[in-house]
Amino acid sequence: MFDLAFIIEKAVLIGGIITVSLLIAMYSTWAERKVAGFMQDRLGPNRAGWGGLLQPLADGLKLFMKEEIIPNASNKTLFILGPALAMLTAMMTSAVIPWGGKIEVFGRTVDLQIADINIGILYIFGVVSMGVYGIMIGGWASNNKFSLLAALRGASQMISYELAMGLAIIALLMITGSLSLKTIVEQQSTGWWNFFLQPVGFLIFMVCAFAECNRTPFDLPEAENELNFGYHQEYSSMKLGFYLFAEYINMFISSALMATLYFGGYDIPFVNDANLGANIGINALAAIQGITLFLKVAFFIFFFMWVRWTIPRFRYDQLMNLGWKVLIPLALLNMLVTGAVILWLGH
Amino acid sequence: MNITQILFWLLTVMAIGSALMVIVSKNPVYSVLFLIATFFAISGHYILLNAQFLAIVNLIVYAGAIMVLFLFVIMLMNLNTETEPQKNKWLKFAGTIAGGCLLLVLVAALRDADTRTSTALVKEGDIGLIQNLGKTLFNEYVIPFEISSVLFLSAMVGAVVLGKKE
Repeated sequence: MFDLAFIIEKAVLIGGIITVSLLIAMYSTWAERKVAGFMQDRLGPNRAGWGGLLQPLADGLKLFMKEEIIPNASNKTLFILGPALAMLTAMMTSAVIPWGGKIEVFGRTVDLQIADINIGILYIFGVVSMGVYGIMIGGWASNNKFSLLAALRGASQMISYELAMGLAIIALLMITGSLSLKTIVEQQSTGWWNFFLQPVGFLIFMVCAFAECNRTPFDLPEAENELNFGYHQEYSSMKLGFYLFAEYINMFISSALMATLYFGGYDIPFVNDANLGANIGINALAAIQGITLFLKVAFFIFFFMWVRWTIPRFRYDQLMNLGWKVLIPLALLNMLVTGAVILWLGH
Repeated sequence: MNITQILFWLLTVMAIGSALMVIVSKNPVYSVLFLIATFFAISGHYILLNAQFLAIVNLIVYAGAIMVLFLFVIMLMNLNTETEPQKNKWLKFAGTIAGGCLLLVLVAALRDADTRTSTALVKEGDIGLIQNLGKTLFNEYVIPFEISSVLFLSAMVGAVVLGKKE
C-alpha cells in the first residue's frame, strides 16, 4: 500500500530543507545586525562566540526563557494560532523549490525537490495568499487597537502587492510556458537566464517580494513610530520569536524564489552542467549546484538587508500609490510587450 | 481501503464538519476561519480528482482573497457574542422549517439526476490539468470566457465609481 522507501526519502528531504531554512533564518538575524553595524560604522554583535557567531543561539535561548504573557482580554485560541500560522505558511513554500539536480543514494535517484508539481508557481501564490492570516488573526486576537490597525494594514498591503506580483509572473510564464519550477530552471540552464528576458518583470517581482515579506521600506505593519510595535505588540517569549523568525524565513524563501525564477536557480553560470556532471559524477554536481543556489540566495538576502538599512519607510498612501498606480500598470505594460514580442518572433 | 479512499473520507469529514461549524459557532470570526478550512477540504477533493489547477485557484481566490475581505469586515464590525442581537424564537423556528424544505426539494430533485449514476473519475480525468483546461477554455468556450471577463471589468469599474462617491 505504501512505498516505504519513497516516504523515508521525502521525510528526510523535508526534514533537511526545514532544518536548513531554520538555520539560514537564524544566521540571517546575525547577518542583519552585522550588515546594519557595517552600514552605520559600528561593530555589530561581537560578544557571544567568535565575531558574535553564537549570538542567534543566545537570542533564541533568551526568547525561550522569557515569561510568556497572554493578555486577559485576548482570544486565547486565535492568539496562539496566529504565530503558528505565520510560521507554517513561511515554511510551506519551500516544498516546490528545486534545491539542486539529482543525487544517488543507496542506488536510488533522488530529486533535490520535495514535490515537482505542474502548478508550482500557483502553489507558491496560494501559500503566499495564506500568509495574510497569520498577521490578521494574531493582530485581531490581541484585542489591541494598534495590533488590529497593523493587521489590517499588513493584510491590505499584501493583497495589493500580490496583484502586481501575479502580473509580473504571468509575463514570465509567457516565456517559459510552464508552471513547474523544475522545468523553468532546466530551461534557464540551457538558455538565457530569465532576468535578461524579463528585467522589468524581475524589478516588479522584487519590489512585491519586499512588500510581501513586510520588510523595509514596506514594513508599515510594524511601523513603530505610529503603531508601537505593530501586530505582534502583545506577543512575548517564543510566540514573538515565531513572528520575527517567520519574517526571516519568508526572506530566505523569497530570495530562493527570485534566484529560481529569474537567475537560473541551481544552474552554475558559464558552465555546462551536464558536461560537468559527466566528469565529476552527479552527486558532486548536485553539491556544487546546491552551493551555487545558496550563493545566489545569500546575495539576495544581503540585498534585502542592504535596502533595509538604506531606504526609509514609505508613508501608507505612498505605499498604496506605488502598488496600484505604478506597479500594476507597469506590470500590465510588461505583459503586453512580452506578448507582442513573442507574437512577433513567432513562437 | 487504499490511500485515495482514506484521504477521501478524511477530507469529507473535514469538509462537512467544518461546514457545520461555520453555522454552529457563535463567534463570526470562527465562522470565517471554519469556512476557510472547508475550502481547504474542497481543494483536497479537487486534487483527488486530478484537478490541481482548480484546487489551487479555489484556494487563491476564495481562501486567499475573498475570505480575507470577509475577515476584514467582520473584524472591523467587532461582532461579539454579547453585542449580537438575540433572534426571535419564532424566527429561528421558521428558519429551520424553511431550510428543511430546501433540503427536501434538493434531495428530491437530485434523486433521479444522472449525477447519481455516473462516478467521479478519481486520478484519471485530466480536464482539470492547467494545459487541458486552458485549451478548452480558449478554444471551445472563448466567447463566454471573454464575456465573463468583461463582466468582471464592469464590476471593477462600478466598485471604483462607488468608492469615489463622496
